[in-house]
Amino acid sequence: MSFDNVYEALTGDGDARWAFGTGFTDPLAGVETAVPPGVDRADLTAYCLMLGDDALVMSHRLQEWCTNAPDLEEEVALANIALDLLGQARLLYARAGHADGTGRGEDHYAFFRGEEEFAGVRLVETPRGDFGDLIAKLLVFSTWRLALLQRLIPSRDPVLAAIAAKGVKEVAYHRDHAARWTVRLGDGTDESHRRMQAGLDRIWPLVAELFTPHEAEVRSARSGVGADPADLRAEFDAVLDQVLTAATLRRPDVPPDPGGRRGLHTGALGLLLAELQSVARAHPEATW
Amino acid sequence: MVTAVTDARAVAETVTDPELPILTLADLGVLRDVAEEDGRVVVAITPTYSGCPAMDAMRADLVRALRAAGHDEVEVRTVLHPPWSTDWISAEGRRKLADAGISPPGAAPRRARGPIPLALGPTVRTVRCPRCGSADTEETSAFGPTACRALHRCRACLEPFEHVKEI
Ligand SMILES: [Zn+2]
Repeated sequence: MSFDNVYEALTGDGDARWAFGTGFTDPLAGVETAVPPGVDRADLTAYCLMLGDDALVMSHRLQEWCTNAPDLEEEVALANIALDLLGQARLLYARAGHADGTGRGEDHYAFFRGEEEFAGVRLVETPRGDFGDLIAKLLVFSTWRLALLQRLIPSRDPVLAAIAAKGVKEVAYHRDHAARWTVRLGDGTDESHRRMQAGLDRIWPLVAELFTPHEAEVRSARSGVGADPADLRAEFDAVLDQVLTAATLRRPDVPPDPGGRRGLHTGALGLLLAELQSVARAHPEATW
Repeated sequence: MVTAVTDARAVAETVTDPELPILTLADLGVLRDVAEEDGRVVVAITPTYSGCPAMDAMRADLVRALRAAGHDEVEVRTVLHPPWSTDWISAEGRRKLADAGISPPGAAPRRARGPIPLALGPTVRTVRCPRCGSADTEETSAFGPTACRALHRCRACLEPFEHVKEI
């Protein structure tokens, strides 16, 4: 009964769907969705949206490398990483929809919220830049996210815990990939070293924000649902030191650009969302 | 209902993976359970990776196969915990992979408590070339045509091949 390819199965129910690949099922279909007693629904919602927004926006920036990567293998690698993060975002948005009690699906959160409602960190929204910028951003992001997801495996919210346990396996591969590129470029030619260092220097002002807790993060950590980002800094620093030493690169010494997850974004996010959301907003009644 | 569940399980176990049609969902360890609840067949599947794009195709294939076998009421549920591991690929599944020229995974990493160690060098793991059997192979990329496959190359016969990477 199987199809020769995945696309036939997705479009095989007739022409009710207006485009390929639409009509996705809730990625948490059939999962026990009850929120455990004592877990604050508003905080759990906010927390899932923060982690989901980080993953969605980072995934979008990685997708921009399709047809732009230096070689085919790298393009495939970046697309794979983008797909893992998109999957994490879908699961987290679905969980947010349970937690806030509205049952809203992933499409609502991805396509029908405004820029000021996105709670992702600014690091992920910075424009594509060159390959040195990309690797610097991927190294910082995956090192931070791996440390974070690992701390969510014992979360009191069983769905968040399960999403994190899957994500840890994936992001460990992402971090290794970014770290190996950092060493290859940093300990490479004069030009690759210069551009890898420049990529780190440009991203570094936004690193401090990753460890600046939002109130919902602090409360989530206190209640055993989330993790306090301030607690991730030592592990992050140890990994970065190991990579930068092997890569003969220096840790940038630049003042932090203070921020936090407060709905304040760089100008780049609005442009990114305009593209990401344009089709869904142009056809709001479409079966999606 | 024991017979009905046994039959439903047998049918579900014939459904193949959309991305690796040489394997059944059962071979892959994605089919987690087939049960009967209030006259309905309830099938549990788990995604290999968070972003697995084939979950919808798997659900549709399972429902279609079970309905064709006379099970009218079918529900397919997702289970996320515990997360899928390549250790769940059956011996039969590993044999089918090798026969198709895809190197089966080794043991999944066993992680101790504490931070996950960084792997700065290339992955060191004995992966045998599925064509000539040589162990003189290297990883060219940890990321391949689907989320679960890495790209390798054989230094003996010089052919590229895919390897199901351990998670
Ligand atoms: Zn060979």
